[in-house]
Amino acid sequence: MFRTALRNVLAHKARLLMTVLAVMLGVAFVSGTLVFSDTVGNAFKNKSAKSFDHVSVAIQPDHSRPSDSSGSAQDAKKKPVLTDALLKKVQDLPGAASVIGDVSGFTALADKNGKLVGQDWGTTGANHFPGPDGKDVRYDFTEGSAPKRAGEIALDSRTAERTGYKVGESARLSTDGRVTQQTISGIFDTSNGSVVAGGSLVLFDNATAAKALGKTEYDEIDVKAAAGTSQQALRSAVEKILPKDTVAVTGDSLAADQDAMITQQTSTMSQVLLYFAGISLFVGIFIIANTFTMLVAQRTKELALLRAIGASRRQVTRSVLIEALLVGLIAAVAGFVLGIGIAIGLRSAINGLGGSLPDGPLVIAPMTGFVALIIGVVVTMLAAWLPGRRAAKIPPVAAMNSVHASPTVRGLVVRNTIGSVVAALGAGSLFMGVATGGSDGMPFMALGAALILIGAIVLTPLLSRPFIAAVTPLLKPFGVTGKLARQNSLRNPRRTASTASALMIGLTLITSMTVVALSMQNAINKMATASLKADYTVSMANYQPLSPAVHKKLAALPEVAASSPMRTAYGEIGGVFSSVNGVDGKRVGDLLSLDFTSGSLDGLTGNTTVVDTTTAEKEGLKRGDTASVKFDDGKSVRLKIIGIYEPNEMINGLFTPTAVVDPHLEKITDQQVLVKMKGGTSDRAEASIVKALGDNPAIKIQDKQAISDEVGGAINLMLNMLYGLLGMAVLIAVLGVVNTLAMSVFERKHEIGMLRAIGLDRSKVKQMVRLESVVISLFGAVLGVGLGIFLGWAAGSGIADSVKTYSMQIPAGRIAVFMVAAALVGVLAAMWPARSAARLNPLAAIKAE
Amino acid sequence: MTTTPTATAHRTTAVAARATELSKVYGQGETQVVALDRVTVDFRQGEFTAIMGPSGSGKSTLMHCVAGLDSFSSGSVRIGETELGTLKDKQLTQLRRDKIGFIFQAFNLLPTLTAAENITLPMDIAGRKPDKEWLNTVIEMVGLSGRLKHRPTELSGGQQQRVAVARALASRPEIMFGDEPTGNLDSRSGAEVLGFLRNSVRELGQTVVMVTHDPVAASYADRVIFLADGRIVDEMLHPTADGVLDRMKEFDSKGRTS
Repeated sequence: MFRTALRNVLAHKARLLMTVLAVMLGVAFVSGTLVFSDTVGNAFKNKSAKSFDHVSVAIQPDHSRPSDSSGSAQDAKKKPVLTDALLKKVQDLPGAASVIGDVSGFTALADKNGKLVGQDWGTTGANHFPGPDGKDVRYDFTEGSAPKRAGEIALDSRTAERTGYKVGESARLSTDGRVTQQTISGIFDTSNGSVVAGGSLVLFDNATAAKALGKTEYDEIDVKAAAGTSQQALRSAVEKILPKDTVAVTGDSLAADQDAMITQQTSTMSQVLLYFAGISLFVGIFIIANTFTMLVAQRTKELALLRAIGASRRQVTRSVLIEALLVGLIAAVAGFVLGIGIAIGLRSAINGLGGSLPDGPLVIAPMTGFVALIIGVVVTMLAAWLPGRRAAKIPPVAAMNSVHASPTVRGLVVRNTIGSVVAALGAGSLFMGVATGGSDGMPFMALGAALILIGAIVLTPLLSRPFIAAVTPLLKPFGVTGKLARQNSLRNPRRTASTASALMIGLTLITSMTVVALSMQNAINKMATASLKADYTVSMANYQPLSPAVHKKLAALPEVAASSPMRTAYGEIGGVFSSVNGVDGKRVGDLLSLDFTSGSLDGLTGNTTVVDTTTAEKEGLKRGDTASVKFDDGKSVRLKIIGIYEPNEMINGLFTPTAVVDPHLEKITDQQVLVKMKGGTSDRAEASIVKALGDNPAIKIQDKQAISDEVGGAINLMLNMLYGLLGMAVLIAVLGVVNTLAMSVFERKHEIGMLRAIGLDRSKVKQMVRLESVVISLFGAVLGVGLGIFLGWAAGSGIADSVKTYSMQIPAGRIAVFMVAAALVGVLAAMWPARSAARLNPLAAIKAE
Repeated sequence: MTTTPTATAHRTTAVAARATELSKVYGQGETQVVALDRVTVDFRQGEFTAIMGPSGSGKSTLMHCVAGLDSFSSGSVRIGETELGTLKDKQLTQLRRDKIGFIFQAFNLLPTLTAAENITLPMDIAGRKPDKEWLNTVIEMVGLSGRLKHRPTELSGGQQQRVAVARALASRPEIMFGDEPTGNLDSRSGAEVLGFLRNSVRELGQTVVMVTHDPVAASYADRVIFLADGRIVDEMLHPTADGVLDRMKEFDSKGRTS
């Protein structure tokens, strides 16, 4: 049996090509993911291990101790402990070789155009802490020298390269709102974690760093053990002099924590990727099943002969499965090799696009190869199992029939019944999920979506007739080729259906994600901008608080019509915890438009407030009531309620005049400043704000459009990534279309030859194959888009329960693009089959079997 | 029109197709096979010609070359006034579509189309409207009036071949070619189909060229051409089945003794 199977594989090389490609791509996706995440994880770990070289023991504030949550304001008041005095004490410990005090914080560096360098999360400033030799072991200067006095900074080499800054040039930066001009004294390499992750790092000299970053103590003190002293021994020594509220941690355990975090991150990434690889493999199953069904149908006589001369049913099934095993094995090996290539390519592609993955050797775990082989073989054999079973059912007498056994036309009744039941169950579950709503409904919804998708796959043959009937008018202009294409696509409904299903799966996911993402974008947009009357919002690039000076400067600007700070304290009304937003009561009416159910922002002076409906309902508050608000500092204030409004995710809580809030804040800072300009938004207006604030790279000035763009940019980026990941599934589906057409052409050789003989020219033959391909592709696309919109709606209704501004958006433009793309896919997929059909010799038709 | 040396003198009608010094050679050197060796033959309008010969005599190749289905090595082929040797594939296709009808041994109908649709297929391909009156005549002649809506799978072999005959006739070709048109039929259905072919010549003035190895089928023709080893070796007018059979036997014995 093995020999028969091997012979068959060799004999049908060309017909198995698409199957091998499909399995290969799926396996490549899986093994590429594994190799890539192993390699990158390993490189990050090596790099991060290096960054702990100078740390034997680290003294850190004890974060595990419960402390009140209100962050930096509290820290500022605490008595500093990680001081130079402690540092000195540690230095004098026996077994301590060197000690480094470390401070770091947000530092906005402007590039040569005045724009913030890098993303807001990764622009860090830190101290240069020279040892006795004047060098800081963490930083390796490649040009110039370390900063020694205020006004000097050093940049990491990648940032220097990206911005084009050179030693001796000056750069502007800001840490706390003031903009300062600095001279670049040097450029360095480092294994600092945030730089490795792609951020930028600015170094100050030690004293300047503390001042610039607003620190009264070190963030961490790192001790390096002398030769012969173990990390544990040093830690014990350090612990003896450890001040209150601090802990000593060994470098090894810090490195281990870091390792664990990297492992977790890379495994999360690879899980997401593997999920999409799974979809690709699932799509591949349809192609494999199609191919083996055809191979079995074509070999009916041969298999019957095997049965007639004494092979058992089981042996026949086994011969088909062995064939699948061989195909799977070949594809898996090829896929594994391709996967390694993908991993290498991906790394250089990401680095080429401005990413910064550390260098390191390629890590190919034996497990990866094993997984690749198993997946390739199992998927192929699984998909070939049904055709194999069918092969076993061929009666031996079929060998004797002189007529070429035509593909059996089995009824679709059972299939349609099963499909309908599954789809109905799915719809039931989905609607139940929608009705239940919220997170409780999610499992029902997910189950429903999965069942509907499966039901739709089972029902596709049934749906193909009405669909193709519907596109008939579109095929009319093509005359006889259109008619033949239409009928050909209906000829083997199962095959057409599974080909279209493969395409449907990818498009369903793409469409539903597009619908949800764009609806979400629209909802966030509405949330962020609908209640905003102000022309600009001004905030820190890193979302840290703004100095009140910013508002003062803006209020004094002649171009500004109205402005108000937004400063937030937290308090309790009755038992309800709520934010209390301090605003300029006289101006806020021009800057915010809240959705009032009663009252308004007018008259927001003195001890007054407006409350959101959530709080009002919980506490039974009405307009005109007086409520007692207990602030974080324990003091209470009685406020008269002058309005009640509908909140959303961005605007909620109490709004009161700043005078009410200010006495309860540790330090007066603003979350943002709202500005309305006399002439509305314009480049000049924006420029005047930028100038008034000293051209500060740390301050972000956004109009509504910019806020929308920020939201839209993030969502588009996510969508594009999803499109990319689902692209593989679509690509495999396209291979399926190629496969099906190639099979059709092969099976209809005689017909095509006859058509050529009686006068259908080559271009018309091509057109016929092409049209069939387009019909199948569009069928898959229509199903996918339809199902995608439906599932998008269902998922959206779950979101709408918690996000009030959510409403479903059907992105007509994108859907049109999907359809056109599907038609193009059809044309492309038909290229090779159409060519081979057109090259068929008409004489083939005349030669009898 | 002048008559060729092989043509008989009593008929001087126009020539529908003509092969002159037609040769077809496969392969090169040692393995060279001469399928057709400088064959010259006329197929006159309104005549039913049968081409006979043992397997490998080149009878099918001759038909394929004259019908524009196969290329040839040297010589010339004309359909009406058109020389085939210089035509590109597209023009050849058009010629087959507009001027030639085909009947195949294996019927070769499209299973997705009804009988009526199969019959009008060549006109549909050309994008021409069929001549209603002619179509009715043809359909009536082959006796398919009641079965036009049927699909090929619902028809018997004989009925399928009648559809094929009707398809070949429907576009009123200048010449019809049949490649063993009765090869897959029982003798009764075969006789019917041959009757239609003869009627189309007698009554409708068509020209038919048929390749066959069946002396009975050949006896329906006006003229039989005998091929052996790629050459025309004999010709018989107003053939009878017995006469053809005798002639064939003669070749056979010659082949054996030589």
